[in-house]
Amino acid sequence: MAKVDLSKMSTEERELHYLKLASLRSKRNEKISTALLVTPYILLFTTFIVVPIIVAWGLSLTHFDLIQAPKLTEPFGMFNYVMLITQDENFLKYVIPNTIKFAIIVGPGGYILSFVMAWMLSQIQAGPRKIISLALYTPSMVGGVFISVVWRTVFSGDVDGYLNAILLNSGMIDEAIQFLQSPDYLLNIMIFVSLWSSMGIGFLAMLAGLLNVDKTLYEAALVDGIKNRFQEIIYITIPQMKPQMLFGAVMAIVGAFNAGYIGVALSGANPTPQYSGQLIINHIDDFGFIRYEMGYAAAISVILLFVIAGFSTVAYALFGEKE
Amino acid sequence: MAIKAMNVNPKQFDKTQIKFYLILVPMAIFMLLPVVYIFSQAFKPLDELFMFPPRFLVQKPTFENFTRLFRAASGTGVPMARYLFNSIWITVLTIFSTIIITTATGYALSKKEFRLKKFMFKVNQTALMFVAVAVAIPRYLIVDGLGMTDSAWVHFIPYLAMPVGLFLVKQFIDQVPDELIEAAKIDGANDRHILFKIIIPLIKPALATVAILTFQFIWNSTESSNIYIITETKKTFAFYLTTLSSQAAVSIAGAGMAAAAGLIMFIPNLVIFIVMQSNVMDTMSHSGIK
Repeated sequence: MAKVDLSKMSTEERELHYLKLASLRSKRNEKISTALLVTPYILLFTTFIVVPIIVAWGLSLTHFDLIQAPKLTEPFGMFNYVMLITQDENFLKYVIPNTIKFAIIVGPGGYILSFVMAWMLSQIQAGPRKIISLALYTPSMVGGVFISVVWRTVFSGDVDGYLNAILLNSGMIDEAIQFLQSPDYLLNIMIFVSLWSSMGIGFLAMLAGLLNVDKTLYEAALVDGIKNRFQEIIYITIPQMKPQMLFGAVMAIVGAFNAGYIGVALSGANPTPQYSGQLIINHIDDFGFIRYEMGYAAAISVILLFVIAGFSTVAYALFGEKE
Repeated sequence: MAIKAMNVNPKQFDKTQIKFYLILVPMAIFMLLPVVYIFSQAFKPLDELFMFPPRFLVQKPTFENFTRLFRAASGTGVPMARYLFNSIWITVLTIFSTIIITTATGYALSKKEFRLKKFMFKVNQTALMFVAVAVAIPRYLIVDGLGMTDSAWVHFIPYLAMPVGLFLVKQFIDQVPDELIEAAKIDGANDRHILFKIIIPLIKPALATVAILTFQFIWNSTESSNIYIITETKKTFAFYLTTLSSQAAVSIAGAGMAAAAGLIMFIPNLVIFIVMQSNVMDTMSHSGIK
């Protein structure tokens, strides 16, 4: 600001000048204050979410074993990716098909299950609804120890395995099946257990959304010629709660990919027996933390991030609001 | 065929609801069976654990498994109380810090004007789909680079930025009327006052939800102890119980102990959620992504 000579001003001019200064100062204070509010989050977000993604991409172009400095690979840093899609037989033969099957059933499958349950719950009285929704939500908060303890005993191949005991007693099988070590069963058991614990926060969001739909819309729709429940859901319910549907979808996707540890927890080994329950997440751990091939593991991470982004894009295309 | 309009949130019972109960009640029972099972298993005495064919419900409940669990110490002789103490302070500190950080940022995103505000919200919304395990390796390198390996800080610093939490809190602060904040400003309140005296009391349901989500994550998490911590005395309860139960679950006698461990991990989650259930539902009605 240009220098001003206060002595040459009239009283009014001087007052105006002071007011301007005060407003400038308060604007600056406001800016500083806002910056203070957002800085901690931005710093943490950048350090532990943004930078890791960038580093993953950078490492994926290199050879890196934690001991020697990362070395850029030939050609053009694409070596790891080329290996991944041409040489890694386990990745192509087991990891990718397993992950696709698991993600599609647990993600969209769990999501539809959550919606149907929430839809029914919204049509019963508040008291029973609270209790039943608590029961459905409970498995999503039990944690890893619980999951491995309970489900390992249920599916255990020893005589103390519940399922085996039931099947043996009823005469349906003659000898115990090694459910958790058998390539025929492991992936399906993982899907079953993940679906069991899939009704989490997204489910609660959809339930809240359903309860908030304006009742008069349903009556108006009847007048307009809605013929059955299915039409009602498609034309009234879902469009009215699109934002919650989208939130639920994103949570379902994240949940499905986070559940990846489950195969290792159930079978007690990474890689899982004959790679039957190996998902991308386990493959990353296998190469990163067991074989210390960090560059290669990072390349798998990058692929995984793209897969998740792909799923989310579909969710946004379905339920996002078009601008 | 003509139908009646969907009856949302009915006040009274009528027979059209029977079909829903016929599906929902068996489903709820099925979902809870494992919970009943772990309760029963945790209280079974040794001879019942060995019984064949195994019985679902406990006959003569006992605290045997719990006392054995408490008496067992880690291979290096660290007592269980030490792990429990670590977990408690880590959980409390994480919940507290997450709430302060997300509320401050949510307030700025909702009520302030600044450059990059829209961009920041979009980035955070994209980060809702962030799966931390996918970048465990670069995270490990960053933590190591910051010199935090084996320091108590790694138990919570990497987990404080929580996109879902910020998202829910911001949506909830949007419901607070601007006039309220303007009036406080005229009375001379600064941002700190507004945050602690107006925003936080008004958005308690959202904060309760963030607290629950943080609790569920941190209390059950073994990642930091597994990857970042070397010193045994700095590890967490969840980690201790996981190691213990994965060794114990191999033997039948250990199965009761493992069940007791699973139950101890699970009970706090359940209690906190039940206490705060209505707050969570309140928050969820503002959870939509537009």
